[in-house]
Amino acid sequence: MSQQVGAIKRINGSLVVAEGLRGARTGDAVYIGELRLIGEVVRISGDLVALQCYEDTSGLRPGEPVIGTGAPLMAELGPGLIGEIFDGLERSEIELWKLTGPFIRRGVRIAPLRRDRRWGFESRVKPGDEVEEGDVIGVVQESSVVEHRILVPVGLRGVIESIEEGSFTVDDTIAVLVAPDGRRIPLKLVQYWPVRIPRPYRERMPIDRPLITGQRVIDTFFPVAKGGTAAIPGGFGSGKTITLQQIAKWSDADIVIYIGCGERGNEMADILTHFPELEDPRTGKKLIERAIFIANVSNLPVAAREASVYMGVTIAEYFRDQGYDVAVIIDSTSRWAEALRDISGRLEEIPAEEGYPAYLSERIAELYERAGRVVALGRDRRIGSVTIMGAVSPPGGDFSEPVTSTTMRFVGALWALDTELAYRRHFPAINWLRSFTRYVEVLEDFWVKLDPQWRTYRERALAILEEASRLEEIARVIGEKALPNDQRLILLTAEIIREGFLVQNAYHRVDTYCPPERQVKLLKIMISFYDFASELIKLGVPVDRIRGLKSVMELLRLKEREELEEIDAAYERVRGDLERLKAEYEAAGVMRGA
Amino acid sequence: MSLAREKAGPVYRTVREVRGPLLVVEGVKGVRYNELVEVKLADGTEIIGTVLDVYENRVVVQVFGQTEGLSLDAAVRFTGDVMRIPLSEDLVGRIFSGSFRPLDGLPEPIGYERREIFVSVINPAAREPPSEFMQTGISVIDGMNALVRGQKLPIFSEAGLPHNIMAAQIARQSTVLGSEEEFAVVFCAMGIKHEEYEYFRREFERTGALDRSVMILNLADDPIIERIIAPRIALTIAEYLAFDLDMHVLAILTDMTGYCEALRSISIAREEVPARKGYPGYMYSDLASIYERAGKIKGKKGSITMMPILTMPGGDITHPIPDLTGYITEGQLILSRELHGRGIYPPVNPLPSLSRLMKDGVGPRRTREDHMEVANQLYMAYAEGVRARDLARIIGELSLSDREKRYLKFAEEFEKRFINQGVYENRPIEKTLEIAWGLLAMLPEDELVRISEENIRKYHPRYRSA
Repeated sequence: MSQQVGAIKRINGSLVVAEGLRGARTGDAVYIGELRLIGEVVRISGDLVALQCYEDTSGLRPGEPVIGTGAPLMAELGPGLIGEIFDGLERSEIELWKLTGPFIRRGVRIAPLRRDRRWGFESRVKPGDEVEEGDVIGVVQESSVVEHRILVPVGLRGVIESIEEGSFTVDDTIAVLVAPDGRRIPLKLVQYWPVRIPRPYRERMPIDRPLITGQRVIDTFFPVAKGGTAAIPGGFGSGKTITLQQIAKWSDADIVIYIGCGERGNEMADILTHFPELEDPRTGKKLIERAIFIANVSNLPVAAREASVYMGVTIAEYFRDQGYDVAVIIDSTSRWAEALRDISGRLEEIPAEEGYPAYLSERIAELYERAGRVVALGRDRRIGSVTIMGAVSPPGGDFSEPVTSTTMRFVGALWALDTELAYRRHFPAINWLRSFTRYVEVLEDFWVKLDPQWRTYRERALAILEEASRLEEIARVIGEKALPNDQRLILLTAEIIREGFLVQNAYHRVDTYCPPERQVKLLKIMISFYDFASELIKLGVPVDRIRGLKSVMELLRLKEREELEEIDAAYERVRGDLERLKAEYEAAGVMRGA
Repeated sequence: MSLAREKAGPVYRTVREVRGPLLVVEGVKGVRYNELVEVKLADGTEIIGTVLDVYENRVVVQVFGQTEGLSLDAAVRFTGDVMRIPLSEDLVGRIFSGSFRPLDGLPEPIGYERREIFVSVINPAAREPPSEFMQTGISVIDGMNALVRGQKLPIFSEAGLPHNIMAAQIARQSTVLGSEEEFAVVFCAMGIKHEEYEYFRREFERTGALDRSVMILNLADDPIIERIIAPRIALTIAEYLAFDLDMHVLAILTDMTGYCEALRSISIAREEVPARKGYPGYMYSDLASIYERAGKIKGKKGSITMMPILTMPGGDITHPIPDLTGYITEGQLILSRELHGRGIYPPVNPLPSLSRLMKDGVGPRRTREDHMEVANQLYMAYAEGVRARDLARIIGELSLSDREKRYLKFAEEFEKRFINQGVYENRPIEKTLEIAWGLLAMLPEDELVRISEENIRKYHPRYRSA
C-alpha cells in the first residue's frame, strides 16, 4: 500500500485538518506531525481531510506532515494477547512503562505482540492439505488454559506447501500456502484485522445457554445468554465497578476481555494488581491466564476511547473464531459515547439530544450487534460466542438520558443499578423492579435440567418481591404492624429473598460465587417456605411466631454454606419447626371446635 | 514571567477579533497548538494565554487573566513552547498567584527543570493501588469512610457549611501523624473569598504546616480564567514533590465549582454545543485530567492524596459538577445541612458518603481486624435509626416498636458522640473504634449481624470489662 503525504492545516483539540492527502478513505489510519501521532480519517471534503488524533495534539503546527498509511486502524492478533494490558491502540502499557517511565509519553510506537517471545507451535495440517479461510492449521499453548488456534486468515485458501513445527516468534513463517492463482503466501502466527469491521463468520446460531456469572440476581432473575448482550446502568456509588469485576472474575467464559474505557486509574490498577492472584473456581488456574485488559483510563486522550472499544471487540471476535466463548466487559460505554460527542462537536455537526450526534443510536446498535453465537469460518464448524456487557454511567442517575435510553433498546438484558439500594449496602445493587432480561425462554432448557420447577420459582419470587414493594409503601405510612398477617408474610418472605438470595457479598469466601445448583436450591426452599407458612397463616398463626423461629432466620445465612446438603438440612429444620407450629394450632383449632 | 522560558518568539499586532477571553490573531506563521502566548495590552499590562485553535495563519488564543482592556491593538508574542513551570524543593513554603506570580514578596523561583503543566498521565500499569491508611483524626472519616494515601476523596458541600474548617483540620491532623516522613500540603484556591484563604493560612501557620505547603491562589476577585491553569500548576508541583522528592502530598483543591464555572465561560465564548446546564461535553474528561493526577506509582515512595472541595449548586447532587466528580473520584464525603443545623461538627452524613478504597486500607495489620465490620454495622444501625426517625415523624415516637425506639436512640447518640467532635480534637483510630463499640453496645448482641462472633467476643465492651 502506498503512503500518501499531506500537511497539517488546522489543529483544534483532537481534530486535525490536513490537505494534500490524496486518495485518503475514511477510517484510514494516519501518522500526524513530526511526532507521528496516531490518528484516523473521519471526514473528507475536497482536498481537506479531517483527522481524529488519538494522542494529545499539543505542540503540533500547521505545515507539519501527515502520512496516510492507506489502511484502516488494525488490531494485531496472535499469541501474546492473553494476560496483556493494552491501551486503546493496542500498545502494551507494561512495555510503555519500561520504555518511557511511569508517565505516558506521546508518539511512542511499539508492536502490540512481543517480537522476542518464542511460542511452541504444533501443526494440525500437513503439506498437500487443502485449506480455506478459518481452518485451524496448528495450535500454540498460550497459557495453561488457552490453546491459541492459528487460523488461515480471512480471504485466503489454497494448498499447504510446507508447514513446520517447533518454536517460533510471531513474525516467523510457519507455513506456506499456495493460492489457487499460484501465489505462494507465507503464513505466520500473527494476523491483522481492521477494528471497525466485524469479523466474518459462517452463520449465526441460536443462543440457548446462559453465561453463568455466579451472581444470583443475574443468573436466576436477569440472566444473559452466551452470545447475548447486557447493559448495566447506574449512577456513581451504585457499585457498578464491583459488579462488573465480579462478572469478569466468575463468568464461565473461556476468555474475558475487560475494557476500562474512560474510567478511574486506581480502579484499573486495583484490577491489574489483584486479578493475577485470583483463581478460577472451575479450573483452579489463575484468572489472568484467560483475561485481556484494555486500560484506556479517563485522563488518556478522549479520542482513543472510541478506538479502544472496537479494539477489544475485535480481539474478542478473533478468539470467538477459534471456537471460544468470550465475555467482553466495557466500563463504561458512556465515556465511549462522550468521545463520539467530542469529535462530532469539533466537526461542527448538528447535534441531536444533549450534544450527542444523531448517529449515536446507530453506533450503539452496531456495537452490540457484534455480540453473538456463531459458527466460525473453517470447515470444522467451530462454535464460539461473544457476549457484550456494557456499563452505562447516566448523568445524575437519570435513565432517560440519551446513552442509557438508547442502550436499553438494543440489549437483551438490563441490570439497573439503584443508588438507594447501595446506600442501604444492598449489593449487588441491581433493582429487581427496573431490570429485565429477554433470555428467560431460551435459557429455560438449561435451568429445568437442575429443577423442572425453575421457571415457576423464579416468577413467583419476582411476584413476591413486587408485591412486597407495594406493601412497603403502605407500611411506611401506617406502620408494618397494621398490615394483616398474610401481607406481613409477604414482607417477611421478601426480606428472606432479599437478604438471603439477592444480597451477595463479593468479599465472602463462599458467597462471592454461587453455582447454579445452589441458586436453584436456595430459591426453591424460599418459595417452599412461603407456601408452608401461608398455610400456617390461614390457621391463624401470627407472623411474629414464624419470624421468631431461629431456623427461619437461618435462611438468611444459608447462602454462605458451601455444601448442598447443609442447605437441605437447614430446610428440614425450618420444616420441622413449621410442622410443630402447625400441629400446635391445629390442636388448638380442634379444641375450639369441640 | 516564569511560565515562559525567556522573552523570545515573534510578536504580532494583528488581533482581528476579541470575544470574551478569546483573541483571534491573523497572519501568524508556525504557531503550535497549545503553545504559550504573552499578550501585552496598550497600558503595558501583560497577560498570558494559550493557543486553542490554529487554522493556517489564523490563531485563536485564550487568555488567562483579566479580560477587561483587551483590544485589537494588543501585542501577541508566541513563545514557541507549551506552558511550563520551574521545579525545585524551594517551592515549598511559597505562595503564588493562579498564573504563578509570587505573592509572598520573594523573588521568582528558579528550578532545576521546567515541566509542562497540562499533560501528565500516569500509566495505569505503573500505578500502585493505594492501600495505606491515612489517619485524619476525624471519627466519621477514619471509622466509616477511611482515606488511604493516593486516594482522591472530595467533600461535597453547600454554601455556608464548614467544609473549609474540616479541610484545614484534615490537613493539620493527617500531616502531624506522618511527621516522621516527608510530607507537604499543596493548596489550590479557585474563586474562594479572601477570608476563607486567610483562615487556611492562619491554620497552617499555627501548626507550622505553612512551611510545608505550597499555595496557589486564585481568589474570588482574581481573573476567573486563571482558574483553568491554577490547579494544573498546583498538581505539577505536587507530582514533583511526590514522585521526585518522595513526599506524601495532600492536595486540597477548593472550590471546584469555581473551576467548572471558568471552564463553562470559555466554552460559551467558543460557542461550543453545551451538554448539561451550559457545561461543555468534555467536562468529564477535563475534570479527570485534574483528579486523576492523584495516586501512587510503583517503586516510588511518595503519594498524592487529593481532597477537592466543591459546593453543590443549590445542594443538588445531580448537578453536573458533583455528578461528574463522583464518577471520577474514589468516593465522596457529603456534608449535611440538617446535621449542621443540629450543631453537629463535622456535619458529614455517613449514609451517602463513601470511600471506595477503605477496604484496601483497613483491617488486620493495617488498622484493626474489626474495623471494616464495625463500619458496616454502624452503617446498618444508623440507617435503621434514621428510618425510625422518619417513621416517628409520621406516626409519632410513641407508636414506634421497642426495636425502632432503640435504633432511634442509637442514631441520636451516634450523632452526638461519634460524628460530633471538636475542631481541634484529634482522635486516634483506637479511640474512634472504642466510641463505636460503646454505641454498638446499646443494641442487642444478636443484632450485630455484620460483625463476626469472634470479633464481638474480642472487642464488645461486655466481654472486655468482664
